[in-house]
Amino acid sequence: MFATTTVQKESWHIVSALVENKPGVLFRVTNLFRARSFNIESITVGSTEQQDLSRMTITTNSDEKTLDQLVKQLRKLIDVIEVKVLDTDKTVYRELALIKIKAVDPTTRSEIVNYATIFRGNILDIGKETITVEITGTPDKIDAFKNLVEHYGIAQLSRTGVSALPRGGVES
Amino acid sequence: MTGAKALIQALEKEGVDVVFGLPGGANLPIYDALVDANFRHILVRHEQSAAHMADGYARMKRKAGVCFATSGPGATNLITGIATAYADSSPIVAVTGQVPLAMIGKDAFQETDIIGVANPCTKYSFQPRAAAEIPEMIKKAVYIAESGRPGPVLVDIPKDVQQSTAEMKFPELIKVRGYNPNVEADLSEMARAVELLLNAERPIIMAGGGVILSGAFSELQALAELIKIPVVTTFKGKGAFPENHPLAMGPIGMHGHAEANKIIVEADCIVAVGARFSDRSVGKFDEFGKGMSIIHLDIDPAEIGKNKSVDVALVGDVKSSLRTLVKMFSKKMIKKDSDNPWLKRRKELIQYYAETLKDYPREITARKSLKKLRELLPANAIVTTEVGQCQMWASLHFDVITPGTFFSSTGLGTMGFGFPASIGAKAARPNVPVVDIAGDGSFNMTENSLAVSVLDKLPVIVFLMNNYMLGMVAQWQRTFYNRRYSGVHQYNCPDYVKIADAYGAQGIRAESMHELEKAIKAALKSDVATVIDIPIDPEEDVYPFVAPGTGLKDMIVGA
Repeated sequence: MFATTTVQKESWHIVSALVENKPGVLFRVTNLFRARSFNIESITVGSTEQQDLSRMTITTNSDEKTLDQLVKQLRKLIDVIEVKVLDTDKTVYRELALIKIKAVDPTTRSEIVNYATIFRGNILDIGKETITVEITGTPDKIDAFKNLVEHYGIAQLSRTGVSALPRGGVES
Repeated sequence: MTGAKALIQALEKEGVDVVFGLPGGANLPIYDALVDANFRHILVRHEQSAAHMADGYARMKRKAGVCFATSGPGATNLITGIATAYADSSPIVAVTGQVPLAMIGKDAFQETDIIGVANPCTKYSFQPRAAAEIPEMIKKAVYIAESGRPGPVLVDIPKDVQQSTAEMKFPELIKVRGYNPNVEADLSEMARAVELLLNAERPIIMAGGGVILSGAFSELQALAELIKIPVVTTFKGKGAFPENHPLAMGPIGMHGHAEANKIIVEADCIVAVGARFSDRSVGKFDEFGKGMSIIHLDIDPAEIGKNKSVDVALVGDVKSSLRTLVKMFSKKMIKKDSDNPWLKRRKELIQYYAETLKDYPREITARKSLKKLRELLPANAIVTTEVGQCQMWASLHFDVITPGTFFSSTGLGTMGFGFPASIGAKAARPNVPVVDIAGDGSFNMTENSLAVSVLDKLPVIVFLMNNYMLGMVAQWQRTFYNRRYSGVHQYNCPDYVKIADAYGAQGIRAESMHELEKAIKAALKSDVATVIDIPIDPEEDVYPFVAPGTGLKDMIVGA
């Protein structure tokens, strides 16, 4: 009834925010996303080069108008110091995934180990019925590996979400 | 010094002269320290009213209003008032007691995670973990509440933090990293705005609440007079511009003035000053401003493009932006003369609707009552409103003459706001008459503030247009639900003259225009609060009406 404009095309964005490193900041950010119905794909938070600051990396599939609002609303939060939408061409970004794959027979096991090597992954654990692989890369690469091994059966999977920094330069 | 004493001293240093509140278990140390405070404490009968009083005070003074409540239910009772202040960008500082630090998270008696509860409706919140943090936090709380786009700030103080002692440092200067409220609009954007306006044939100013918050009255008037263009307001912006001014057209919106709704859809360039294009003001977002250029002045960058895409955005304090625009225009040759076709159109529309819109056929009606009230009140009288039909009638039929003297819960639409807010405004301006334009349903919600008005000698006038109905709901049920009334009747209960009497206030029933005139005059002379009970017909509707989800052009002017 109150739609603002015609539907715009959604695309994938990485938003990087420097925030105060203190209790309640993650709550304020995520509560804002919920309250304004911003759809978030992943959010990671961790320490930075400065002890009193944390960096949040948020990935989202949004149209330009929604992205603009997301950034402006984030900037409005008192505990948010700086917000940037990263240009994916000029950004290094990585995600880490732990994938526990069902693998009982020796052929399957050697195939998985081969695939992991090709994807520059690490075998973290081998059990009687499963192999756990660590894959680091862009979300696309992790998707590709997941698709490759999916037919063996994925017992458990855990992805960290994207962490990102702009290429070159010295600015934070 | 204890944390509680530090709180009181920090508030004193901020120039606080009144606090509205109610004590309880978790803020006893604060109330103990309050005994020696050099500011006034006003004891409320419900915490919701404390927040509304602080809000009314804040809107009148354009500085932070302060309220106190205890933990748990005391704090949650404040929430409606905090949300009201948030929706209308009003600077209040709410100080709540909290259970002791060691009890937090243990589901203690009267424990509520009030920071969590209040998060979506506060600009910021603090919870000191040590007494020594209090002075700086209070200074920051007041600063954040008042600066930039104002808003409510919550300070939640655990009881043991109030009690413990520390060496206190009261900072003179504070800095909040990540908060930069002082922005100046871009000069090249300003130049673009000037060009757009100079080339427009049918330009119009839409003044919003930001003009009032910023106190940019003379700047707005200077711009309007310099380029001679009509001024409409949003409902929140009612009174940003004198409504008896030869360029004024009153509020637009769901129950806006007919001529204002009509002219704005005919405009080719809108200058929105401190307005946020709310659905109640502009109707259908897509339809509003179609084919027109929009120049948007606002202090909050997040308002730019939120509901409406605009052609020029001037982000900064509207007072400063308007001043720059006036300077830039003064250097240009202005061709507009006062009998250009656009200004003629303004006059034509006002005259047309003055002749077309008929009053409800009764001896005493909302329109007649409010016109009479305006006639008898001094120009600088302060008016607050309740919420519902009474509020919309106030918007339609009560002209604000002195800018910044009209306050209503416009964003949240909180019933029960008007009366406590009027008491807060009276505390801010004791020598000016203050009137709450009320309906019975809304007045019911906070009528126990009569005790405060009487005991604290803050005599306001409750102008009660009484149809013993939740009138706006009844009107919608008449219009959209085929007159199937549901939950709207008040069945002649209570007797408002007796209610006033019971609290030691003055109650007067006015059943004719003559009695009403006498009652208003008596109320203006009274040194206690007066409730004027004005029985009106329950079928009297508010018109014009722009139905929800439709555009301003679809305005219905009458039944």
